[in-house]
Amino acid sequence: MTQPATQDLITVNIDGREIAVPRGTNMIEAALRLGIDVPHYCYHPKLSVAGNCRMCLVEMGMPAVDPATKAPVIDPATGRKRINWIPRPTIACSTNAVAGLHIRTTSPLVRDCREGVMEFLLVNHPLDCPICDQAGECKLQEQATGYGRGYSRYIEQKNAKPKRTLLGPRVMLDDERCILCSRCVRFCKEIAKDDVLGFTDRGSYSTLACYPGRRLENDYSLNTVDICPVGALTSTDFRFKMRVWFLRQTNSIDTGSSVGANTVVWSREGAVYRITPRQNDEVNDTWMADSGRVLYKAIRAHGRLDAVRVDGAQSALEFAVRAAAGILGVGGVAVVGSGRSSVEEQFLTRKLRDALGASASLVSRVGKGDGLLVSADRNPNVRGALVTGLVAGLPAASLDPLGAQIDSGAVKAVVSVGEDLADAGLSAAQLAKVPIVYLGTHANPTSAAARVVIPTLTVFEKSGTFVNQQFRIQKFANAVPGVAGATDDLVALARLTAAVGGPSLGGDVRSIWKQIAAEVPALAGVGYDGIPDTGLLLDGAPWAGLAFAEGPSLRFRPADPPQKEAAGRG
Amino acid sequence: MPAPEQHRLIFRHIDEPGYSTDLACYLRSGGYEVLRKSVRRRPEELVDEVKKSGLRGRGGAGFPCGVKWTLLDRKSGKPIYLIVNADESEPGTFKDRYIIHRDPHQLVEGIMITCFANRVERTFIYIRGEFPEGAKILETAIAEARAANFVGPNVLGTGYGCEIYLHRGAGAYICGEETGLIESLEGKRPYPRIKPPYFPAVLGLYQCPTIVNNVETICHVKHIADMGGDAFSKIGTPNNTGTRILCVSGHVRRPGYYEFDVGKLTMGQLLNEVCGGPLAGRKFKAVIPGGASAKVLRFGERYKGRRKVGAEMLEYDWGVEDIPMDFDSLAMVGSMGGSGGVIVMDDSVSMVEALGNINAFYSHESCGQCTPCREGSLWMKKITARMAHGGARPEDGTLLKSVADQIAGRTICAFGEACAWPTQSFVAKFGDEFAEYGRQKGRPRSDSEPELV
Repeated sequence: MTQPATQDLITVNIDGREIAVPRGTNMIEAALRLGIDVPHYCYHPKLSVAGNCRMCLVEMGMPAVDPATKAPVIDPATGRKRINWIPRPTIACSTNAVAGLHIRTTSPLVRDCREGVMEFLLVNHPLDCPICDQAGECKLQEQATGYGRGYSRYIEQKNAKPKRTLLGPRVMLDDERCILCSRCVRFCKEIAKDDVLGFTDRGSYSTLACYPGRRLENDYSLNTVDICPVGALTSTDFRFKMRVWFLRQTNSIDTGSSVGANTVVWSREGAVYRITPRQNDEVNDTWMADSGRVLYKAIRAHGRLDAVRVDGAQSALEFAVRAAAGILGVGGVAVVGSGRSSVEEQFLTRKLRDALGASASLVSRVGKGDGLLVSADRNPNVRGALVTGLVAGLPAASLDPLGAQIDSGAVKAVVSVGEDLADAGLSAAQLAKVPIVYLGTHANPTSAAARVVIPTLTVFEKSGTFVNQQFRIQKFANAVPGVAGATDDLVALARLTAAVGGPSLGGDVRSIWKQIAAEVPALAGVGYDGIPDTGLLLDGAPWAGLAFAEGPSLRFRPADPPQKEAAGRG
Repeated sequence: MPAPEQHRLIFRHIDEPGYSTDLACYLRSGGYEVLRKSVRRRPEELVDEVKKSGLRGRGGAGFPCGVKWTLLDRKSGKPIYLIVNADESEPGTFKDRYIIHRDPHQLVEGIMITCFANRVERTFIYIRGEFPEGAKILETAIAEARAANFVGPNVLGTGYGCEIYLHRGAGAYICGEETGLIESLEGKRPYPRIKPPYFPAVLGLYQCPTIVNNVETICHVKHIADMGGDAFSKIGTPNNTGTRILCVSGHVRRPGYYEFDVGKLTMGQLLNEVCGGPLAGRKFKAVIPGGASAKVLRFGERYKGRRKVGAEMLEYDWGVEDIPMDFDSLAMVGSMGGSGGVIVMDDSVSMVEALGNINAFYSHESCGQCTPCREGSLWMKKITARMAHGGARPEDGTLLKSVADQIAGRTICAFGEACAWPTQSFVAKFGDEFAEYGRQKGRPRSDSEPELV
């Protein structure tokens, strides 16, 4: 990890411009604050400094001091402090800010250093960008435009190395492309705590490899692909499927657990190709779990519901809503909401519950947290259900109480918002005993048993917000259009609520947020558009007494009392 | 001017008939008497003696030993370690091997005095993997010394305890670089550390303050403790004190190891008188004065400038033969005293092929951590190999220099300079030979083209 910078500010001079930075800030980060790019490969802000690529060499100097008086020496020619420049270039990544430090990033020496390193990196690197999967997001390719020669002085044979080594189930290595920056090695050791990667052989023949008998198969292995600056590490799921410059990037949230890792969904023409982490230093830094990267496959998974059905027959939404209202009008309705639904959907589910005078419950999904970015609560948004008032407490471990009420006849009809009741513990007999209205994305025993089925959207096909384990409300955006035949959850819920005699509500995020702001105390004054990309911390104090399942993770300690940020920030 | 006599401090006994490596023999020759005297002194006194002696490190860089010891972080409360660098791998250097093979107890005594002076309680001797015999001899010597209470928990009944551990390397030149050595000793790949922040004196072995000294340097400590720092500083020349072992190899009549007062002997005296001059019918062509990584000197070159002698500045105008064999003079002529390995080449040598040999060594030994050295050393090797195999082009000399210029000063450790300096100096001084080489060798033969691998 980079040196923890202290809070006291000191002034450094970069290319003649002064900037105050916390003492200990490294020069790459300090330059970035001035908008000056110091090219680098091995440096990564979330990993230890290796200093091996030598691309970030800069000139460094300190003000000259009179040995006798300790006063700075003034250059009579310019009237400014004289700087003693060190003749050797130094690496910016391991040069930390001290008062008076001067660096030059544009001098002829620095340019010569960068060109030299570029040439060296390319002499044994394949020059075949057109067939390389990294093209378009390759740091080597980017820097070559600025510091490459344009022709090669190298007429010798290039080194030959293994081209396709499967390091683990999800990561493929092309050793010829590897520039030995050791980012992946450091990631495995420092972040994933699974020290499996290292180098074999020496010098230019050095080769990245797994330790004997080990594989790169931890749940964070694909982060090595993200941080690989070149095309050496590629994802077996994504490699050679699509050119990155064709892909649209949409901000999203990992729904794998209540951590709520920030993500980017990469899509083209309605199809998602990959999911990568998006930096949020308060939540997931620059990482995400491999398990969250495959969730997009649900969009086109077998069994996706694509038609509104009433008693098994395809129907129009209007008829289905009317039929559902008829079923639910008999009273004794139980609403099963979901910790996977967005805040907006949970708000509307609450409206539906209120209109029906019903009770509401959630389905619990508690597993084992990994201490990093998969928490014990696999529902991404249980706290949203608390904040919106859909439920007052944490979900019970099972739906057995609901089953008992069905058996006793107290519950006469059930609405399930995206939850498979069979999977949650109800028996086939219980499902058969009461009429069910089901809103969901995929076929399951509940959709099969339901009288009314309304297909809805996956997280990639709609917009909304989740509240993660920190009580941080975070936005996700619509990346691809919904499948044909599916209805936006908000539209379905709003129509259903109106049909059972509830208020007439808008079926889109912004109009619902007007209502939310007015009715939900924790979100009063928080506008949807006011939530920054990195989320907004809510005040979780009203729920501090609940026994949440989560243990510590990367940026979360359960004992931390959640604090409210200035409302409406951003 | 006739060459001065050898002054053998460290090598005093090693060629004596009947002198052996066992403790009894060492004790008969007055061994461990200096340690006995030293442990009755205050440690600070011993450090002061070494500072006064002006002793400069004999491993290659010539850094003042006393200064190195005073840079130690003694306030951290962490243990202080001594590492004896016996990874003698610089081509042309074989002095430490002789010390270990012939007089191991002298090293052990030097270690114990150094440790006592710096309050070190654990020492590691990192010995080159290719010295299995030396490792055995040292293990025996350490065991003997421990049995005789010169090493161990209660040295000579003083209550001071210090252990010596021997660690064998696995055959990598880079382990001679002190931070690479430390990484290797910690059980990792010997990737040299970035400095700052990892200066051994502050964050060395296991992140504790650490002294890394060469075998010869440590042996000198014994003699300094014996005769006193002032007396030692009067040997040799100012700022280049004491004696130094010169390892002469190559085209002279009497190659070998010689110990002289530093700077009292010129290169010409060493090669022509001490080593008997060139082989029959040959002339000296070039000499590398301090191990393969030092810049080559060409016979016939003149070196002019001004230098400080005593209090005044004097003009000098030297040929290679006139250069005094000391750190400062060799640095003034653009090379270095380095490890004391003097490699002599006569007029039978092709400088292109000699450089090819050196480049093969450095490309094989580059650890591969940082880009310029990793890629540059192999590139230079491929160029010189191609030239030697009939594919030389007139522009290869320029290309070689340009590649070397992109390495030196831009790497994590001094290996960058070590691999670039030979190429830079060979091309600078024998550029004509590099330009002409292709014509001499004729057109490349098709069967010498490198094969696709």
